[in-house]
Amino acid sequence: MHMADALLSPAVGAGCWALSGSVLAYCAGRTRKALDDHKVPLMGVLGAFVFAAQMINFTIPGTGSSGHIGGGLLLAILLGPHAAFLTIASVLTVQSLFFADGGLLALGANIFNLGAFPCFVGGPIFRAIAGTSPATGRRTAAAVVASVVGLEAGAMAVAVQTLLSGRSELTFVPFAALMGGIHLPIGIIEGLVTAAVLGYVLKVRPHLAGQAFGTAAEPSGTRRGVAPVLAFLLVAALLGGVVVARFASTRPDGLEWSIGRLTGSPELRDPDRGLSARLAEIQRRTAVLPDYALPAKDTEGSGHAARPDAGQQTSLAGILGALLTLALAGLLGLVMTRRRGQPSAR
Amino acid sequence: MSCYEADRLDRLAYLDSPAHRLDPRAKLLATLAFIAAVVSFPKYEVSALAPFVFFPLLLAAAGNVPLRLIARRVAIVSPFAVMIGLFNPLLDRAPGLVVGPVSISAGWLSFASILARFALTMSSVLVLTATTSFPSLCQGLTALRVPRAFVVQLLFLYRYLFLLAEESGRLRRARDLRGLGARGRTLRVAAAALGVLFTRTLDRAERIYQAMTARGFDGTIRQLRTLRFRGADALFLAGVAGGAVVLRLLPVTAWIGSLGAGR
Repeated sequence: MHMADALLSPAVGAGCWALSGSVLAYCAGRTRKALDDHKVPLMGVLGAFVFAAQMINFTIPGTGSSGHIGGGLLLAILLGPHAAFLTIASVLTVQSLFFADGGLLALGANIFNLGAFPCFVGGPIFRAIAGTSPATGRRTAAAVVASVVGLEAGAMAVAVQTLLSGRSELTFVPFAALMGGIHLPIGIIEGLVTAAVLGYVLKVRPHLAGQAFGTAAEPSGTRRGVAPVLAFLLVAALLGGVVVARFASTRPDGLEWSIGRLTGSPELRDPDRGLSARLAEIQRRTAVLPDYALPAKDTEGSGHAARPDAGQQTSLAGILGALLTLALAGLLGLVMTRRRGQPSAR
Repeated sequence: MSCYEADRLDRLAYLDSPAHRLDPRAKLLATLAFIAAVVSFPKYEVSALAPFVFFPLLLAAAGNVPLRLIARRVAIVSPFAVMIGLFNPLLDRAPGLVVGPVSISAGWLSFASILARFALTMSSVLVLTATTSFPSLCQGLTALRVPRAFVVQLLFLYRYLFLLAEESGRLRRARDLRGLGARGRTLRVAAAALGVLFTRTLDRAERIYQAMTARGFDGTIRQLRTLRFRGADALFLAGVAGGAVVLRLLPVTAWIGSLGAGR
């Protein structure tokens, strides 16, 4: 459920970046203080482990389709929330760079959705249910509940971010139902596999149980460390929700709104000022056909009220221009491919 | 997840070309400016996005990046955006664009816009990765004040990514040979394989830690090469960011169309 750049508005993307960035800085500070150098290579190699673990596929019971584990909850349990958050954030960064899973603008949202929830919600839930030295059944139940709650919270966050961005026509309830429905079985499977892996690992490496169940003396108390982050996330989510919701409902487009604030006019292309006016005049004179404006779409209340001005206008000239541009680009691509012959990585 | 393609992308990043020689900070910031401009368009905008294709294309051309690799990767990761986007034509049937007798609904326009945004943002990131080696990108991140602990984490992850992927490939092959292919791929076996992979990873981390301690590791990774932000880098960054702003604010595509129509 990686969020994509294409579904985000700049305001929502930047907001999530600020949120994840501050949690990241907090966790980086805490791991630096609390952990010895010992854990530095461990966290790095475990990040690589997540990729390797995702290659171990299995058949999902009852469906016959193939799946793999996400690994977030496993790290949250075995590494503690702060180190696990840093590790998952690094995994998502590499995924966005090397695999194009999610995007750079969406990376903040993805770190929040797939990192913060397993670490600061899933992990504590697991610890609360599992207790200090649980039997297999209780451990499995704890992992399943923790995994489902963490994943569903992330899925809801995806729905909220998409809704606030206003790129999709889906309304909240069907989207949330869709995302929630898809991620329920995924969460259950993830919980089952996590519990099984945990069972194996603790059998062969019993000393890890201290970290997993919170019985060991922590360097400076990871339990204490979760509360401030949880409180921060809650306050930030509420604040962000209120601010962004108001922002989104009155200003469908953050950039245009801020341009309006800067220039004192709602649109830079306001047709009676300066350079853009003259350019617009040229455009009017040279246009093949008069502009075909998009009819003002009236979806009152959804935040995309009628915008009658140049902002949404498209024209035949625009279409023609796009086609010409793409033809030129295609030609360039063809020349590049031809020049290199068989493209190879060498 | 295909580590093969990531590996190809990674090898490309160590080639030498004008695009590779640009400062990583300049490329990173230029890509971010480009993405911000693309994403900030109103939801029904399609044609104005067309000229943006030249940024990834020209950077790929300057960096000898095979376009087919980029295109294939973008196609592989597209299902989520396509699935969410496909609801737009279903839910938004208001007439959007009328060209003579043909009428396109607003939903199809916003869907096309999502696809265009997706292709542009994803390909620009992949071209960035294919023209910038990961260590130098991390050096750029450090210079841009990203927390050092996180950058060290990224470098370690990158260092062992392909190694552990091969290890996991061996586990998979062993399981499939013993379990007669798909019949052995049960949750139970997968969990055991994951457990083995995890404990092996822990042991490896311990060996790495001891080896690095013996060599004087103190929690930071030092790089010999120093970054230099030259005039060419500033020019590149200013060009891309300025171009993105101009394309975002002025109807350039429409002018090209007017020129093309011979007026």
